[in-house]
Amino acid sequence: MKTELEESTLTEHVLPDPLMLARIQFAGNITFHILFPTISIALGWVLLFFKLRHNKTSDAKWAEAYQFWVKIFALTFALGVVSGITMSFQFGTNWPGFMETVGNIAGPLLAYEVLTAFFLEATFLGIMLFGAQRVSNRMHTLATCLVAGGTTLSAFWIIALNSWMHTPAGFEMIDGRAHATDWLAIVFNPSMPYRLTHMLIASGLTVAFLIAGISAYRWLRRDRSPAVMSALKTGVVLAALLIPVQILVGDMHGLNTLKHQPAKIAAMEGIWETERGAPLLLFALPDASQRTNHFEIAVPNMASLILTHELDGELQGVNAFKDRHPPVAPVFWAFRVMVGVGMLMLAASWLAAWQLRRGGDVKPWVARALVAMSFSGWVATVAGWYVTEIGRQPYLVYGVLTTAQAASTVPPQLIATTLAMYLTLYAALIVAYVTVLFHLARKAGPGRGTEPVYPVPGLPAPQSQLVKS
Amino acid sequence: MPDLSQPGALLPLVFLALMGIAMMAYVILDGFDLGVGILLRRASDEDKDTMIASIGPFWDANETWLVLGVGLLLVAFPMAHGVILGELYLPVAFMLVGLILRGVAFDFRVKARDNHKHAWNMAFYGGSVLATAAQGLMIGLYIVGFDYGAPQLAFATFTGLALLAGYALLGATWLIMKTEGTLQLRAIAWARGSMLLCAMGVAAVSVATPLVSQQIFDKWFSFPEILLLAPIPAVTAGLFVLAYLILRRLPGLLAAGNQAFCWIPFAATVGIFLLAFNGLAYSLFPYLIVDRMTIWQAASAPESLEIILVGVVVVLPTIIGYTIYSYRVFWGKARALSYA
Repeated sequence: MKTELEESTLTEHVLPDPLMLARIQFAGNITFHILFPTISIALGWVLLFFKLRHNKTSDAKWAEAYQFWVKIFALTFALGVVSGITMSFQFGTNWPGFMETVGNIAGPLLAYEVLTAFFLEATFLGIMLFGAQRVSNRMHTLATCLVAGGTTLSAFWIIALNSWMHTPAGFEMIDGRAHATDWLAIVFNPSMPYRLTHMLIASGLTVAFLIAGISAYRWLRRDRSPAVMSALKTGVVLAALLIPVQILVGDMHGLNTLKHQPAKIAAMEGIWETERGAPLLLFALPDASQRTNHFEIAVPNMASLILTHELDGELQGVNAFKDRHPPVAPVFWAFRVMVGVGMLMLAASWLAAWQLRRGGDVKPWVARALVAMSFSGWVATVAGWYVTEIGRQPYLVYGVLTTAQAASTVPPQLIATTLAMYLTLYAALIVAYVTVLFHLARKAGPGRGTEPVYPVPGLPAPQSQLVKS
Repeated sequence: MPDLSQPGALLPLVFLALMGIAMMAYVILDGFDLGVGILLRRASDEDKDTMIASIGPFWDANETWLVLGVGLLLVAFPMAHGVILGELYLPVAFMLVGLILRGVAFDFRVKARDNHKHAWNMAFYGGSVLATAAQGLMIGLYIVGFDYGAPQLAFATFTGLALLAGYALLGATWLIMKTEGTLQLRAIAWARGSMLLCAMGVAAVSVATPLVSQQIFDKWFSFPEILLLAPIPAVTAGLFVLAYLILRRLPGLLAAGNQAFCWIPFAATVGIFLLAFNGLAYSLFPYLIVDRMTIWQAASAPESLEIILVGVVVVLPTIIGYTIYSYRVFWGKARALSYA
């Protein structure tokens, strides 16, 4: 036990040992994977919204918006499926100790995800994408609804398992293996409601900014058909509504983490020694070897105020947890990236919403800002996951199983080779995905082949013809 | 075999059956769409679109059976899951890359720039071949109990080739059923080409499997089992002959406008796969890892299996129900795919 914990402090220094390689490989896969469900979860509901608006108003613009975004949904879904299959194999190839120790808990949760969610969404996806001519409109609406519900249900089970790994409950250890005693306590474990809400809203924000960004891109190319304007408005309004809720939920999630994983909070805040009236660090360079920060820019007492609601509330430092704490710098920085992007989201969405409300249109510079923020949701979501997952180290299941104990004995050369293969493939696919999204945006509108690309003030916006499928 | 009146003994058996159903569903369902991918390179550009249209609404759900099969292995037999996937680390990685390439190429090929379409078609073809070859290799390595000696590797390479031929046969016969005109005629030619290889593959695997393991040899070639088991190879051979005869007559029938028999080659191929799968399952039972770990040694705790079983019993019929519904919606000859 002791040697394993000593080994896990290696995470402070990036050494190419098999454990670190296995972790990088898994992190690479899961980072790539999460990009796509993050979009498909909320995009499914937005498509249902477009569909329902069209059913109600019979306005062609909603059908047009649906047809444009359903293509992106199909592509996103495919990427999510194939990268998800990789995950189900890597539990076994990289972390055999995980299922051997907590398989009795993780197994049923994963099984219920596949049974209740996977088949539902995968089967009705075919009807949703290609069945509009073959089934009634009511059935097609139902298929859209079932696909959206399936993606969300999938998130529910996965977040339940992930949260259980952070705040395990409802089990007992017999001969080194976890046995379930209370399934409700397992599924609705202490951090689950916060994490699930935080993730679902993150998905909503990611999609809101994606829709706003791609629509703004089409707007800048003078493709300002009612369908584009309605999608733009949908994205901006959704973002403006969700971001304050997300800040509130994020704060509650943080308080929950303080209660159950104080070491993670200490790393997020960059606090080394336990102190009263801890400052909020806006900037710092955490130094693991000297166990201190350099170049701090701080707001006095602020961290204590946010986390304990008292100016001189006591916060535990990293050093209070001996070697059972996560590496400070990545958690500290990932947290700041997430919060920073969140602030940018607040500014951009409220500004755009205000302009849309006042003039029914956005200013070009705001449209450009929205284009730049098309994938901001990805950055914030991935950063947030790094905070929570790296923040769980050195444990895989908090207080039950360390990451080192769960690792496989696959030779490092093998992991390194496949790692290179996966990373190359993933980098290529991300580039292809982003390129194709903008390509679809160009292909859809009348901006194709016509110059200038950017709007000329004073000229009326051309109407787009019906979307070619 | 332990006392089956105990849940601890019965549940692993139930889960083995469920896992078998999921894996079998995967091999047949994803088999035909991987097969279409393997054949893609041989078709004209226009036919490529029709071929992919014939599997478009299904491939995603088909692949989900793999997740269920591996998922059941993971949740019901966690000990075996770790060992099997650890031993198959490299082929698993190749299969995953193949499945990723194929899955994304399906969508990218119609959405990317026109001049990139050829590259995505190649990715679809390459991914299908890679995934299939890796699966065949894995089956071979699994049968020989992860022995990485030279004869065993040669055997596994052969199962890889045999599975390529088998999936190509499934894919070709699927196309005979789902398409018309010149593509249908070409599919008949593909089916006849892959059939010989596939038959050789099934025969060779059947002969080689008892030879690589004494235990499997004893299970097949002892009295009276051999009498009960004889129908498996006999019916398999019969189905091959049936498919062969129909394939020979089909061009003439189709020229006369008779489409009534075009589903028989596919049905016969499915039958061949079912029999081969069951023969293999009989050979290996009750081991999950040949001569090393039985299903009872690898199983999860009974209380966890019970709670999964409740879900499976309720949900599996529903899944089968809406899968059938989906196939009915897209029944008949494949039409061009459109989101509208």
